[in-house]
Amino acid sequence: MLYREAGEFKSTYQADQAILTIRQDRWFMWALLAVAFVLIPLVSSEYWLGTIMLPFLILALAALGLNVLTGYAGQLSLGTGGFMATGAFAAYKLATAFPELNILIVILMSGAITAGVGLLFGLPSLRIKGFYLAVATLASQFFLIWMFNKFGWFTNYSASGVISAPPMAVFGDNFVTGPYATAEAKYLFTLTLVVLFALMTKNLVRSNIGREWMAVRDMDIAAEIIGIKMLPTKLKAFAYSSFLCGIAGALWAFVYTGSVEPLAFDVNRSFQILFMIIIGGLGSIMGAFLGSAFIVLLPIFLSNAPHWVGLNIPVDLISHIEFMVFGALIIFFLIVEPHGLARLWQLLKEKLRLWPFPY
Amino acid sequence: MYERKLGDVVLQVDGISLSFGAMRVLNNISFNVRQGEIRSIIGPNGAGKSSMLNVINGVYHPQQGAITYRGKTRDLMKVHEAAQQGIARTFQNIALFKGMSTLDNIMTGRNLKIKSNMLQQAIYWGKAQREEIEHRRKVEEIIDFLEIQAIRKIPVGKLPYGMQKRVELGRALAAEPDLLLLDEPMAGMNVEEKEDMCRFVLDINDEFGTTIVLIEHDMGVVMDLSDRVVVLDYGLQLADGPPDEVRRNQAVIDAYLGVSN
Repeated sequence: MLYREAGEFKSTYQADQAILTIRQDRWFMWALLAVAFVLIPLVSSEYWLGTIMLPFLILALAALGLNVLTGYAGQLSLGTGGFMATGAFAAYKLATAFPELNILIVILMSGAITAGVGLLFGLPSLRIKGFYLAVATLASQFFLIWMFNKFGWFTNYSASGVISAPPMAVFGDNFVTGPYATAEAKYLFTLTLVVLFALMTKNLVRSNIGREWMAVRDMDIAAEIIGIKMLPTKLKAFAYSSFLCGIAGALWAFVYTGSVEPLAFDVNRSFQILFMIIIGGLGSIMGAFLGSAFIVLLPIFLSNAPHWVGLNIPVDLISHIEFMVFGALIIFFLIVEPHGLARLWQLLKEKLRLWPFPY
Repeated sequence: MYERKLGDVVLQVDGISLSFGAMRVLNNISFNVRQGEIRSIIGPNGAGKSSMLNVINGVYHPQQGAITYRGKTRDLMKVHEAAQQGIARTFQNIALFKGMSTLDNIMTGRNLKIKSNMLQQAIYWGKAQREEIEHRRKVEEIIDFLEIQAIRKIPVGKLPYGMQKRVELGRALAAEPDLLLLDEPMAGMNVEEKEDMCRFVLDINDEFGTTIVLIEHDMGVVMDLSDRVVVLDYGLQLADGPPDEVRRNQAVIDAYLGVSN
């Protein structure tokens, strides 16, 4: 009743090819953006913005990157952490070598450098597929982390191996990194980037390159016969995916933690992001955000929920319960909808279109 | 019945032999395809018909023989080059992109005609959007032609078999090919679906002037549609000629009906 497309007619292909074709969807998206940009910074505490929303957004960006590669182009990758580390170290080297560079340029350039690294590690994808490719990308994960630990050049020969990001501002003294940066500034800066890259990714996947990626994913030999070149198409997916992961890594190190350390980007990070897109939904932009929300926000919710309802449970018990409930929920959602939360959202909307008359 | 005028030879297949290890799949096959004709390849199962299409398509590389397409004898080619030369095909076992809608599948068929680069597509403004709309218009023409308007936005994995075959034909047509290879387009269809498909094949040939190479098991269809027929059996070429001639050929009758020795 509230959500329906009946009566909405489109008379141009442009309107029919818009990102959100149903009016209610557009309203919802604008409302969501308004909440994200205005309401959340107004009502949230420093703690919420800085330690919950920031990692949620940054990991959503990394999940978006992996989703392009795995969900859209069908190339299974376990190198996400390595690519994020590449982005973080590239940003650190750029920021220390050229201190006058704007943070935006540093972040974009570190993304571009990571894209180059991703391109290199994408080369085996022409010959190997599926699980074998996953193992090959796992090698890149271990190699990259080893490299950053091994060579002092990357950390500017710092003794501890842990280095902190220099304070940087977008313009004037709007610092987004370092000790002077407010949580609001960090949050809004990250949010703006994430929204822009999500839009960009959506544009790509609804254009020719996106169709080529999905064609390679669904039936590679048919894709080749209709003229799609395997290597460039797969490499573009690797490059773009690494670009996003690199930016996520740079944001993680500079804006979120403020320090660059390889440990934050170990193989667990790669798995975490892979789980995000599996739970959120492969081949869906929305899925990256839902998956990140599920993995980042749900444990926090679970550990705080008993306190909110007035139950006094010891902290260690809470953390055990949190693990159990979290695991059970993952299994529950995967059984209910193996295609992820994004598909569940889709189904809900389809049901809503008919509601309250089920025919 | 009016006389069909056939053009020059567009595709010349000369003494093609193809083996996989010790297995000889094609043995010294030679025939040609003329501009604007409907050329059928028939034969019992395992005769090497699909292999022949794969050779024309550049998927298999024959050990012997030469293929001359539009006056140019082909070197070892990559798979994607056939599409660049204007050769499109459909598959015996449907090879659609299952996760994508009908519309997106057919749009993908136009991939070689889209010129905007990745950055333009990321911004989706100006050239990329113009192209997207312009190609959408073309794709809608194909959707109208194949009468599949109603399934435009449905993921093809959910469509019934006959419709999938039609979408696959649409994807091949989207490339506006000069030479269309159809591998059993009517297999597993009921009479109505076959009639529709025959109509589409004839219309494609007639309206767009597309040269068609067709593999089909339904003899009625083959004899009605084809200008000329090649008959293969166990990799050998049994006959080549107009349908009436092939129908009377003793070797062909023996291959299809069996001989008592």
